[in-house]
Amino acid sequence: MNWINAIVQGVMLGGVYALFACGLSLMFGVMRTVNLSHGDLAVLGAFLVAVLAAAVGISPFFAVLLVLPVMGLVGVALQRGILSTALRTGEMSSMLATFGLAIVLQNVLLEIFSADSRSLDVGSLATAGFQLGPSVSIPYLGALTVAVAVALLGGLQLLLARTGIGRAIRATAADADTAELVGIDSRRVYAWAAAIAVATAGLAGAFFAMRSSFSPSMGPTQLLFAFEVVVIGGLGSLWGTLAGGMVLGVAQTVGAQVDPRFSIVAGHAVFLAVLAFRPQGLLGMRRSRT
Amino acid sequence: MTTASPAAPSTATIHRWTPVSRTASGALAALLLALAFAPFVFAPEVTAKLTVLFVLVIVAAMWNALAGYAGLVSVGQQGFIGLGAYGVFLLVDRGMSPFPAVVLAALLAGAVAVPTSLLAFRLTGGQFAIGMWAIAEFFRLVVVNTPSLGGGSGRSLTDLSGTDPAVRQAQVYWLALALMSLLLLAVFVLLRSRTGASLEAIRDDPVGAASVGVRVTSAKRLVFVLAAVGCAAAGGLTLANTLRVQPDSIFGVHWSAYMIFMVVIGGLGTFEGPIIGAIVFFLVQDWFGDNGGTWYLIGLGALAIGMTLWMPLGLWGTVARRRDLELLPVGYRVRTPRRLTR
Amino acid sequence: MSLLSIESLEVRHGLLRAVREVSFTVDEGEVVAMVGANGAGKSTLMRAVAGAHRPADGRIRLDGVDVTARRAHDRVAAGIALVPEGRRLFADLTVEENLLVASRVKRSGPWDLAAVLAAFPLLDGLLKRRAGNLSGGEQQAVAIGRALMTNPRLLLLDEVSLGLAPIVVDTLYQSLGTILSGGTTVLLVEQDLGRALGVSRRVLCMLEGRVVLDESADAVTREQVVDAYFGLSRAKGGGAANPATAVPEESEREPA
Repeated sequence: MNWINAIVQGVMLGGVYALFACGLSLMFGVMRTVNLSHGDLAVLGAFLVAVLAAAVGISPFFAVLLVLPVMGLVGVALQRGILSTALRTGEMSSMLATFGLAIVLQNVLLEIFSADSRSLDVGSLATAGFQLGPSVSIPYLGALTVAVAVALLGGLQLLLARTGIGRAIRATAADADTAELVGIDSRRVYAWAAAIAVATAGLAGAFFAMRSSFSPSMGPTQLLFAFEVVVIGGLGSLWGTLAGGMVLGVAQTVGAQVDPRFSIVAGHAVFLAVLAFRPQGLLGMRRSRT
Repeated sequence: MTTASPAAPSTATIHRWTPVSRTASGALAALLLALAFAPFVFAPEVTAKLTVLFVLVIVAAMWNALAGYAGLVSVGQQGFIGLGAYGVFLLVDRGMSPFPAVVLAALLAGAVAVPTSLLAFRLTGGQFAIGMWAIAEFFRLVVVNTPSLGGGSGRSLTDLSGTDPAVRQAQVYWLALALMSLLLLAVFVLLRSRTGASLEAIRDDPVGAASVGVRVTSAKRLVFVLAAVGCAAAGGLTLANTLRVQPDSIFGVHWSAYMIFMVVIGGLGTFEGPIIGAIVFFLVQDWFGDNGGTWYLIGLGALAIGMTLWMPLGLWGTVARRRDLELLPVGYRVRTPRRLTR
Repeated sequence: MSLLSIESLEVRHGLLRAVREVSFTVDEGEVVAMVGANGAGKSTLMRAVAGAHRPADGRIRLDGVDVTARRAHDRVAAGIALVPEGRRLFADLTVEENLLVASRVKRSGPWDLAAVLAAFPLLDGLLKRRAGNLSGGEQQAVAIGRALMTNPRLLLLDEVSLGLAPIVVDTLYQSLGTILSGGTTVLLVEQDLGRALGVSRRVLCMLEGRVVLDESADAVTREQVVDAYFGLSRAKGGGAANPATAVPEESEREPA
């Protein structure tokens, strides 16, 4: 059945989208700001992995492990250099500044790597898979992506819900000034959140690059998809982000099954439908405040 | 903006016009009038360039009305720019002549903005910003998937290519000048009205404004629709000026980058700022040429970051605050003997 | 040596000088009550001591160490804890999480989860409840407990009885009694003059940003405090502006 295959492929694609959305969701949840350079940071991560893998001659998977801490530092720099100043004047400033950063990043990558598409070679893993029934095949890479997405989002959800650090992050997200009054260094929490967000963006970029070709100009589209995932899944819920990724991925592959031209439109249509009929998202809750 | 203080002495007077703003407004009106004669003086290439400038002024003023007054940061206004351009095709195909079609298409885009706002206003802040972008992408993909509109490769406006280029260029120029003047006037009137005061109250304190009876959503919606009309007019004018559009460029997110850049440079939340920002941007673009390339965009992005962080009032906002200037009186001024209230 | 020493402190809200050239000291183990009308600058002063508001001028010392430049979380580590006006709990966190989140500062001392629960019996059985769903009195107990979890040397209590029914306030003050007698240094803002004089050994009165009265609770009469409160007689310093030019009221953050 082609339809079942389309849904399975959609879930795999959803794994990448959930990875993209993870950092955006976290940053919005903690700092109440939308990082408009998120997509371009993901592309930066993909290029770093590609360059490192090629230069040192290591597997892209190994290169990812080395690039993640670098991306984390980029996140800290983003927080310290831009967001901390911008957030003081309000959400609008941080949006404008990160939009500026998005333009800078994209064009710096264009300048260095040109507009050509390239791909990240993961050898036989890119094509290999296992059959599930007569017409459904599951690629190893897709399955791995979904597994990483589940582990990452689930792990973060557990971190936030169960650990002391998670409590500190949630307290800061709710009210940074008061968090300071109970001894939490809100700037450090923000820096950590930005580090995790940007590192996961890099991870998402790397996985995207393993499954399809990528170029410096794909950042904005990925930001858009990541954002739709966050809204579809529901703000403030990382499980929702995972579900949102799957829904967007399935919408796009099923749309493509109907007519290849409808792939992306179908994704946007689901996003608009959620906005119209379930604005709090699939798994989102109404937030309350004191 | 000036606000009345309860502690102000009874001799305080509230007024809008100052000698400076009277002179400036008069000068602006005279300038607009003088600009109307440009086609008789300059070559068509010059008026074509000026038309581009007018389009930039329009979109900058619209984005400023949204972000600077209604507090709605949108990175999806290119959706309405594209609708304005493609609306012209729809109307021309039904036998309308191009210039009235530009105006009507802009109004139709305003009509589309009403249901759009119902969806988009469910999002706030940064989510609204990207949500508008998603909506713009949706519009683009609808156009791309409509073969009669030329699909992804774009379409030319053949109805105008028959006329003498110089005459056509002059007509497009006058239309652009007229629409820019009208739209600036509309923003000016809107900001001076009760709605304008409401908007500033909303921007500064939405909860407080709602609690004193300001109708937050309807005031925002009014600006949203006006901005849609203005951006669509800019799109229609761009089509009339270049005679060809492609969905990827007319619906391109670079429009948002330009709008943000112009407003941030000029001064967010001032009437004069976006006009000045548009002129600066126009000159920079003219200087670098059309194929400005990546370094040019890197410069723009870096400048946007720098301005946001270190000069958040923009060029005009910084000067105006220092000199206590307002060329076009949008707000109220309170004059007290000891100038206590600034 | 005094535990807290404030020297010519000046705190502004924009152009408004909310706290003007305030100087006083609090000794270790002292309980000091601060009274004053709305907008007199009490909350601003408390927040400045806690580090939530940067002073424009002056010095704040804790145990002789200048903490003026330190950020709020750092002052918590040094031993200052504020129970903010309006409680400011983390509404989406449970009661237990609200308390535990304050224990990340590794200060040793008698206060832990069990000790807080023992001091506030009204929190029995509420540990897993969302803090936002509690009654006002329960929330205030959590807010005080949260501050205690940091094992402070100096506890700042800002209007703990604000918006609460008198009977609830009685319960809270009973619990506070154990804390106040335990040797913790306390600076508290209280609107109820009787209660303020009842729990403290010393009373400060603020008027228009200045401390206009600083007396031992035994030595001062209720009338003297009331006069200072309304600025009817200048107990000290004087020179304040005409009371008719009303100082804008501080915003009240009262949860719905």
